Amino acid sequence: MMLQNASASTLPPALFRDLADAMPMATGEAFRTAGAPGKAPGNGQGRDDTAGGASIVLRNVSKTFPARGADAAVTALEDISLEIPRGEIYGIIGRSGAGKSTLIRTINGLERPTGGEVIVDGVIVNRLDEAALRAERRKIGMIFQHFNLLSSRSAFDNVALPLELSGLSRAAIRTRVERLLDLVGLADKRDRYPVELSGGQKQRVGIARALATDPKVLLSDEATSALDPETTRSILALLARVNAELGVTIVLITHEMAVIKEICHRVGVIEAGRIIEEGPVAEVFAHPRTATARSFIGSLPGREIPATLAGRLRDDPAGARQSVLRLTLTGEAASQPLVTRLARELGIDIALLGGQIDSIGALPFALLYVGVPTQAWASGAVGAALDAAGARTEVIGHVL
Amino acid sequence: MFSDLISPAIVNLIVSSTLETLYMVAIAALIGTLAGLPLGIFLATSGKGELFEAVTVNRVLGLVVNATRSTPFIILVIAIIPFTRLVAGTSIGTTAAIVPLSIAAAPFIARIVEAAVREVDQGLVEASLAMGATPLQIVRKVLIPEALPGLVLGVTLSVVSLLSNSAMVGAVGGGGLGDLGIRYGYQRFMPEVMLIVVVVLIVLVQSVQSLGETLAKKVNRRLRRH
Repeated sequence: MMLQNASASTLPPALFRDLADAMPMATGEAFRTAGAPGKAPGNGQGRDDTAGGASIVLRNVSKTFPARGADAAVTALEDISLEIPRGEIYGIIGRSGAGKSTLIRTINGLERPTGGEVIVDGVIVNRLDEAALRAERRKIGMIFQHFNLLSSRSAFDNVALPLELSGLSRAAIRTRVERLLDLVGLADKRDRYPVELSGGQKQRVGIARALATDPKVLLSDEATSALDPETTRSILALLARVNAELGVTIVLITHEMAVIKEICHRVGVIEAGRIIEEGPVAEVFAHPRTATARSFIGSLPGREIPATLAGRLRDDPAGARQSVLRLTLTGEAASQPLVTRLARELGIDIALLGGQIDSIGALPFALLYVGVPTQAWASGAVGAALDAAGARTEVIGHVL
Repeated sequence: MFSDLISPAIVNLIVSSTLETLYMVAIAALIGTLAGLPLGIFLATSGKGELFEAVTVNRVLGLVVNATRSTPFIILVIAIIPFTRLVAGTSIGTTAAIVPLSIAAAPFIARIVEAAVREVDQGLVEASLAMGATPLQIVRKVLIPEALPGLVLGVTLSVVSLLSNSAMVGAVGGGGLGDLGIRYGYQRFMPEVMLIVVVVLIVLVQSVQSLGETLAKKVNRRLRRH
């Protein structure tokens, strides 16, 4: 995980135990003693696993908005089934209107599905009555694209709000809020009002507020979409830290593949209300099965066909001097000296035209645009050598 | 020179009329706010898909509010005389005048409150729901504090409009500055009294407005202060 920039300040180990002590008995129960630093995610201690070890399960969830006036009924979600294990960071990516907002809102009951079941920690959320749903929502934190902080409250009082709602004493709130502000690195901004904070700082307050009631799940609704790239990275690093150190299951929705790549363990691609592709992030990156997934991956910097090349590519190899290949390499294959070996063994020149070498989680990943002599490509020698090296090869065109 | 024109008796009348006006307006503003605030909040939160969804009640209340607001104040004063007698024991005098003033103020304040509450970002309501807040908690902890600058300005506006309405309650022996202006300034040909009444009213309106604006600024946390 990309946690290097966040690891400087780690959570005080006793944070949540102390906080639990500060809570009255009734609500204190909701505070886990699990989630101590260094604990493997997904290892929920002493909890009932009625949802099959999964923290969040969606079974055949559908949502249809009824017809209204001249507007026909809209199917926002169609037969969605997902299992998100405890402690995982699950990303849902989709374009606007794909249904990702509706989907994430079914998890805390802000949207009630018209079909199927949403089960969080064994509780069927969509069958709860209002009072029970409110109690359940206190175990599910949520952060938003536009932060949704109260402008009338200081950073401190914004974080205090969910605790006030659950009737915590003034003193207990104070202790807890100060620790949360410390956790998100805003201890010095406690008395500032949202108008005085930057976007990144506002989202940190949002995260502190979402964590105030010690939730088991954190929902992130495009939390970084209104932030610049650098701030986005720091917010994602904070989320990853919250996940790793507190064991909070995170479900995030986004339209940016960079967010998925940076912190998610698994990803679901949603289109027209359906999950069309799903799997571990590295796998979806290495072998996207749908055009939508490919286009999201393609939108990452360095992944498009270089602009100077794109205009000169032709489909017909006749008379071409160079053939342009896109190589996708993951794991071992990405770490080997592929290009030089190929050049030496086949006695050909290889042009490096563009690409990106990166890692997804701990997995090395490379995407390269290379030019090889068309003759060598036509003979099949290059293709065979690349296959043997474990590269996925696509011909994207030929250059005269 | 001014003291030659204005006898001590007139000065006394002006002072007592000002006090009567302040008394009527203050009590009517208080009652109007106590009734208009919950009414306005309800109007703003009882539409389709809102916190206290009650579409029919919302529509009926909206009609009542509009009806009251479209009735000219002077007609309202006379039309509700039986009700005024029931509530105040009499239909004549300063205290009795508070009844129609309050009844006119409440729907006015309700609409202003409704507008201010509707201005609050729906995202905040969603965030509070996600925190497990009850609808009443959302009203108390989110909607009212977030709408406060607008509410303060709205009440200010209502007080100014009450000052203007209070000039008409002379029709039912309500007293106050407007009554003084009509009876002395107009009916007894004392233009200097009329002038003084107008000046006092201008000063009152100006003071209420400045006070309201200062207060609204003070509670508005959207403004940068550093």
